[in-house]
Amino acid sequence: MLRGALKELLRYPSALAGLLVILFLVVVSIYTVITIPYSEAIRLWRGGEEIWGDVPKLAAPAWFNHFTSKKRPLTIKLTSQDEGVESNYAQISDDLWVDDTTYTFDFQYDEFPQEVAVTLLGTFTEKAPYVSIVWVKPDGTEIRLADMAVEGGKRVYRASQDEKLGRKLKLPANASPLVGLFAEDPQAEDPVPMKGTYQVRLEGTLFEPDSTLQSKLVVYGTVYGWAGTDHLRRDLGIALLWGTPVALAFGLLAALGTTVLTMLISAIGVWYGGWVDALIQRITEVNLVLPVLPILIMIGVFYTRSLWAMLGVIIALSIFGAGIKTNRAIFLQVKSQPYIEAARAYGASDWRIIFFYMVPRIIPTIIPALVTLIPSFVFLEASLAVLGLGDPVLPTWGKIINDARDNGALYQGLFYWVLEPSALLMITGIGFAMLGFSLDRVFNPRLREL
Amino acid sequence: MTTMTQTAPSSAPMASEKNVLLSVRNLKVWYELRKWGFGLAGYVKAVDNVSFDLHEGEAIAIVGESGCGKSSLMKAILGLVRPHDGQILYQGQDIFAGGRAGLRWYRSQVGYVQQDPFGALPPFMSVRRILEEPLILIGMKNREERLARIREVMEEVKLSPPEDFLNKFPHMLSGGQQQRVVIARAMIRNPRLMVADEPVSMLDASVRVEILKLLRQIQEEHNLAVIYITHDLSTVRYFSERIFVMYAGKLIEKAPTDELLWHPQHPYTLALLNAISDPDASNARKLREVPPGEPPSLVSPPPGCRFHPRCKYRIEGVCDTEVPPEFEARPDHFTACWLYDERFADRRQALEADLQFD
Repeated sequence: MLRGALKELLRYPSALAGLLVILFLVVVSIYTVITIPYSEAIRLWRGGEEIWGDVPKLAAPAWFNHFTSKKRPLTIKLTSQDEGVESNYAQISDDLWVDDTTYTFDFQYDEFPQEVAVTLLGTFTEKAPYVSIVWVKPDGTEIRLADMAVEGGKRVYRASQDEKLGRKLKLPANASPLVGLFAEDPQAEDPVPMKGTYQVRLEGTLFEPDSTLQSKLVVYGTVYGWAGTDHLRRDLGIALLWGTPVALAFGLLAALGTTVLTMLISAIGVWYGGWVDALIQRITEVNLVLPVLPILIMIGVFYTRSLWAMLGVIIALSIFGAGIKTNRAIFLQVKSQPYIEAARAYGASDWRIIFFYMVPRIIPTIIPALVTLIPSFVFLEASLAVLGLGDPVLPTWGKIINDARDNGALYQGLFYWVLEPSALLMITGIGFAMLGFSLDRVFNPRLREL
Repeated sequence: MTTMTQTAPSSAPMASEKNVLLSVRNLKVWYELRKWGFGLAGYVKAVDNVSFDLHEGEAIAIVGESGCGKSSLMKAILGLVRPHDGQILYQGQDIFAGGRAGLRWYRSQVGYVQQDPFGALPPFMSVRRILEEPLILIGMKNREERLARIREVMEEVKLSPPEDFLNKFPHMLSGGQQQRVVIARAMIRNPRLMVADEPVSMLDASVRVEILKLLRQIQEEHNLAVIYITHDLSTVRYFSERIFVMYAGKLIEKAPTDELLWHPQHPYTLALLNAISDPDASNARKLREVPPGEPPSLVSPPPGCRFHPRCKYRIEGVCDTEVPPEFEARPDHFTACWLYDERFADRRQALEADLQFD
């Protein structure tokens, strides 16, 4: 019978589409859980500068470049150990060594990068190495960016924070110093970056024989990865990927938990009748007027924001929902069927009648309802996260939207930040809805004429 | 309860009367009427003071119109409702006295054939599963053993070859086949008593006779006691030896089948028999005399004889005040009607004149 139902189901194109969407989500979930284990995902998502320092902030997905004529820069990251980076170490005198490093990179983009950062790491015992940073534009213009001693072993130079540089290059009042570094004509009304080969020369001077100097150049682009980054430089891809299994698990568990428990409770109420039924009905009626979301918000604020605690509360609050009433209507009809009387007459126990004679009758209506219920719980979880009650540890779709909202993503034109998780939520909803409606038609033949 | 034992538990007392399988004593099935969900507002007296004995291998018919309490009587006999008062003795033992285990054993001794064969079969179970259920419930664990028994019974109810039907679902079967499955389910535990509730009223006329013949055949082969409940007097002659006529919760006439059909004694029985339509062209123009009014309310039935408001032979001052006892109007023919009291022999003539006319 089940095989027949499946065959019939596949005759509906919407069911096939829904199944493909769900299959896609399931594959993504499995892939995610295998490639990024839970602990790794948490580490990455909660990590700070040490993990995400070289990633641009609020960068759009890299594939944006395929759809625009103005190419936005990717991030260029070079270290002194990399091939193609020229180093020149020489002793000048007894207590003087030079260590020059020249970074060369090609820049062929139509927009300015976000930031240029030079990180200097020096080792010394008494006298710190001294470094001059020189910027060479493709047309040969040299700009001396900074002269600094690597005090404390580590110095970071960030061009965007270099106010002196702006004055030195006579830039307009609110132009970024980066315009000075990249523009063909920095004073122009609408400056464009100069394309070509840039050089960054680090002229290091060491004062001790064992002293060393290492460095790193990062030219932060404005696009990153397949999903972009957020305000904490984190790759949104991780949250989008991990949001999938979390959403599916949450939706499925919540839908399964409420549907199965609701079904059993209403069956028990109908079968035993009397005060059992009356009690269940009164609890349901009271529970139906209780607002679920405010209760969840209260629990989130005062008690816990853990996703699994929320799941439990949602199930507990949804068990005595409208489902009790609709199931009851069906069960009352089933209970009066002659075959129930026959089962009692041949001695079937109460539990046997409930599980083997009443429940199978409601399964065909339960399955489509269950499938369409899954996305509503996914959305509920997202709603909670958007309201700031998301799980504090787990990355979820709702939390991305919440972060985006908190950081004014839409005011800043960072549409990808909101649209990516929203699109996934919508795809999930549509996929389950399409499957659910088709299942409804397969299992409830009366709907087929419509 | 591991095997299909045919004997009562050892604690059962010996049958009080030899040959009596089921004895119904002063049975009252009253349903409570509640006010505001609690507080007793009265009773629906569906079965009121009914007594009869059923002998082994005997088939009786209980006849009455809808709402007369015959279904409640049947449910009490099946152990589905607890009587308000009175006893149902199976082999001399009260069926409710033995607790849950006793009731379970009793139920394994009783087969139940229902009215609507499609409703009586769970639509989501195959024939095989439907027939397995009663066997599982008496603890027959071995699958092969169950299947063998199922095949045996299916052959008996002429669902053969069984393989053609085992994996079918009820909606794939015709009405007659469905009713055969119902009969097979009733027979699968080798019961000694069968309760048949209008077993053919929902079937096509073409298969009614076959099903009745089948029931008759099974009854004879297994020496089965049968309680056949119907509102249709035209089918009772097929296999019942005695007929009980029920009206408003009481048995008003008990007699062997032919005796009752040819010599009805109670005015209600007479009216019931008059209402049978034979396929005769002259019937179309004949105006039938039917008792006026409706069957009485079972919450507050009329005092005295319950039929008296509709009875044209009623004796004022007697029928409307005193409940008639059973009179043996003819040998082995009992009727609860004051007309058969010697005091009112003169009033009986009007009725007898009507009986002659028929």
